[in-house]
Amino acid sequence: MTYIGQPVKRVDGYDKVTGKAKYAAEFNVPGLTYGYVVSGTIAKGKITRIDSSRALAVPGVIQVFTHENRPHTAWFDINYKDLDAPPGSPFRPLHDAQIKYSGQPVALVVAETFEVARYAASLVVVEYNEEAHETSLEANLDEARDPKSGMADLLKPKPPKPRGHADKALAAAPVSVQTHHVHGPQHHNPMEMFGTTVVYDGEQKKGKPHFTIYDKTQGAPSSQLYVKQIFGFSSDQVRVISPYVGGGFGSGLRPQYQLFLAVMAAKELKRSVRVTLTRQQMFTFGHRPETVQDVALGASADGTITALKHRAVGATSQFEDYTEVVVNWSGMLYDVPDTTLEYQITPLDLYSPLDMRAPGGVTGDHAIETAMDALAYELKMDPVELRLKNYSEKDWTVGDKPYSSKELRECFRQGAERFGWENRNPEPRATKRGNVLVGWGMATGIWDANTLPARAEAVLTVNGKLRVSSATADIGTGTYTIMTQIAADTLGMPIDDVIFKLGDTDMPLAPFQGGSFTAATIGSAVKQVCTDLGKKLFKLAQKSKGSPFYDADYDEVRFADGHMRLKKDPSVTMPLIDMVALNGGRSVSETSTSIVNPLKTSNYSRHTHSAAFVEVEVDEDLGTVTVTRAVSAIAAGRILNPRTARSQIIGGMVWGISSALQEDSKMDHRYGRFMNHNLAEYHVPVNADIHDLDVIFVEEHDEIVNPLGVKGLGEIGLVAMPAAIANAVWHATGKRIYDLPITLDRVLY
Amino acid sequence: MSVKTLTPPAVQLAAKADTRGPARPMPKPGMVTFRINGESKTLSIAPWTTLLDALREYANLTGTKKGCDHGQCGACTVLVNGTRINSCLTLAVMHDDHEITTIEGLANEGGLHPLQTAFINHDAFQCGYCTPGQICSAVGLMNEGQAKTEADVRELMSGNICRCGAYPHIVDAVMEAIKK
Repeated sequence: MTYIGQPVKRVDGYDKVTGKAKYAAEFNVPGLTYGYVVSGTIAKGKITRIDSSRALAVPGVIQVFTHENRPHTAWFDINYKDLDAPPGSPFRPLHDAQIKYSGQPVALVVAETFEVARYAASLVVVEYNEEAHETSLEANLDEARDPKSGMADLLKPKPPKPRGHADKALAAAPVSVQTHHVHGPQHHNPMEMFGTTVVYDGEQKKGKPHFTIYDKTQGAPSSQLYVKQIFGFSSDQVRVISPYVGGGFGSGLRPQYQLFLAVMAAKELKRSVRVTLTRQQMFTFGHRPETVQDVALGASADGTITALKHRAVGATSQFEDYTEVVVNWSGMLYDVPDTTLEYQITPLDLYSPLDMRAPGGVTGDHAIETAMDALAYELKMDPVELRLKNYSEKDWTVGDKPYSSKELRECFRQGAERFGWENRNPEPRATKRGNVLVGWGMATGIWDANTLPARAEAVLTVNGKLRVSSATADIGTGTYTIMTQIAADTLGMPIDDVIFKLGDTDMPLAPFQGGSFTAATIGSAVKQVCTDLGKKLFKLAQKSKGSPFYDADYDEVRFADGHMRLKKDPSVTMPLIDMVALNGGRSVSETSTSIVNPLKTSNYSRHTHSAAFVEVEVDEDLGTVTVTRAVSAIAAGRILNPRTARSQIIGGMVWGISSALQEDSKMDHRYGRFMNHNLAEYHVPVNADIHDLDVIFVEEHDEIVNPLGVKGLGEIGLVAMPAAIANAVWHATGKRIYDLPITLDRVLY
Repeated sequence: MSVKTLTPPAVQLAAKADTRGPARPMPKPGMVTFRINGESKTLSIAPWTTLLDALREYANLTGTKKGCDHGQCGACTVLVNGTRINSCLTLAVMHDDHEITTIEGLANEGGLHPLQTAFINHDAFQCGYCTPGQICSAVGLMNEGQAKTEADVRELMSGNICRCGAYPHIVDAVMEAIKK
């Protein structure tokens, strides 16, 4: 292979460093109007009066949409269900007078300019009949219940039934630890705020209107389906395009309300409309839920874990049962005979939570892996030793299946070596550097390695180039680049002659980008379609007059350097561009669906693994924690591009630092509203917060997951980091802080 | 938990909106001329338009990004007379006759600006949304001449948030450009 495995530079790099890359709110068209959302100010109740008259009187205002004059939309819940909707009744913008959460959109002002819309929005008067709300998870833990079942269970399995008698085993264990964890809510906050530009293309076929929609989404097909269902459009009336996405992290897995509002307004006004949310409004849809967890571990004196209990309660909304896989990971990592894993949810007067990078995984991992660290200290064992002692060779949570591959031992070995772990003094508070305490901590990480079905198209163009497309997304992960590499290698073409396109509902169907499954999923589809196109080209060549391939089988040729050659006699060759001539001067195209063989994959548990090693400095006078250096050793199958892969893991590690030390959406329960809804008060790391980060990709061969042996990197860089940081903070200070984030108040008191 | 019904300040303000009388007169558009990326451009812009919105919505220069509209993220960083500023925190009318450089104006006939090349080589971005601001900020930083070490760069580039977390690579790219 020429390109796969090579550090190819991002193919979209030029567009991104020159400002040519266009995001959803950047497609400017003549006559564009601007929508500005008015947000509700109470957490629960009813709108009693809404007065748009003063807004409508402003010159340049075209219309103010509220629940009172909203155009007709679909009636049934099912029409509002997007491809990532949890069980329940999805939120419907401007549907009626009911207020379900603070920040709910209550009106859309549409005007000729952004400035006029923004001003007029301030003139809309809304009066409410307020009802008492419940937004505190900790105060409502008694309300926890089992989540409803639904399609979501396929990708988010419920915990396995308890096995053995964890309580009894715990009571009998000579060494045990119990931990309690509270994680605050977090918001994705991609840099690009949610926005949609709906271009009204006029009436086309049979007098039906057509719309070109530029949407910020992790799945253009999901946005298209959503507006089709709600507004009664057919597929040929709406095209959704999303070539660049300014960060997703899960926030774009569901269509957000600006899409609904922009399409509604464009349809009604027969005008092009752009609706962009404000940064404050970025805190009004979807978040990582607040979660409360309890872990108990019991072990024999030699470090064998004999009892494991892990319970989690997550918050959800009153209208949907959002769930995460929080506790199952503990069972996957540690094959303990007496184990109880429990997961429940508590509905609150909030918007439904929404998958946020490593949803559930980073939450549960922090709990089990900090408990493991405490247990290691109780046992007077090295934390790595304890993990090796209890290393799982199979995954009992799915019925004792072996791992398709698991090079976690190698992650421990290489990570520890690079970090210098052997020099660690096991006692806390043992190391000082000037006036700060220094601590070292480590943790294990685990995440899914799924491959979903997808479609792709490959075209050998009339000028001999290869154009491959699939309606997936590139939220910064590197999809454009790695797909170009796979396509170029599969058909043996120079990479400059290959172009990969995505983010357009005119392209073959693909799942949304998420769950770390895109490289595997779309990569498999691209490999499949390029292979199929190769077969088609072979047949064209074979059928041509006097073909040198007349007697050959497809298996006997290979594609390299833009040519098809006989393997046994490479002098027998035909340039791919000649195939176009053989096709009557027309391009040659193929569309394929890739589906991994379930008979092969379902016998295995398929996961990525990691080991994170972290050094922190803690200033006890100020309560500040600095991650001075960290090493992540990653086992994630084949690495398609070490350059973009490293960026994925570095980004995940930064997210880990953020999650451990900074991010927290603070709810004022009196108002049921997130208080710090801006980027000054919702803390995420800046450049000065990030120091020496190192990434190791451990070699891992996996013949099971998919033909490429690719497992995905979107979340695994994050999962182990918060636990490793918390463990390092303990090692520095001797203080176990089990809640996140570890802010200075928690260090000080 | 029982919740006391309190009215937050924003709600009190909203309730008062009724009493503010009729809508105020609209600000009248006026002509503003600036040199954007070396070209003189005259736009008809109302005084309440930020420089950021003027660039994106009126001059069709969408390379400059809006990430918060409050000067908290740095995505909108441009160079005004060679100095880096947040274009969301300044009104367009304040920049009559000013020389404005955006991400679209950094490359020339000779090719990409060294920082643009360094950002590609070091993979100093993922989603690319903060990138124009990062690069303009780094150009401003180099103009200031005060960044010598990696620690300087980290500190002095901290007005530009990168949610993808490309910071180590951004530092590598900026250091490479500084050393050249």
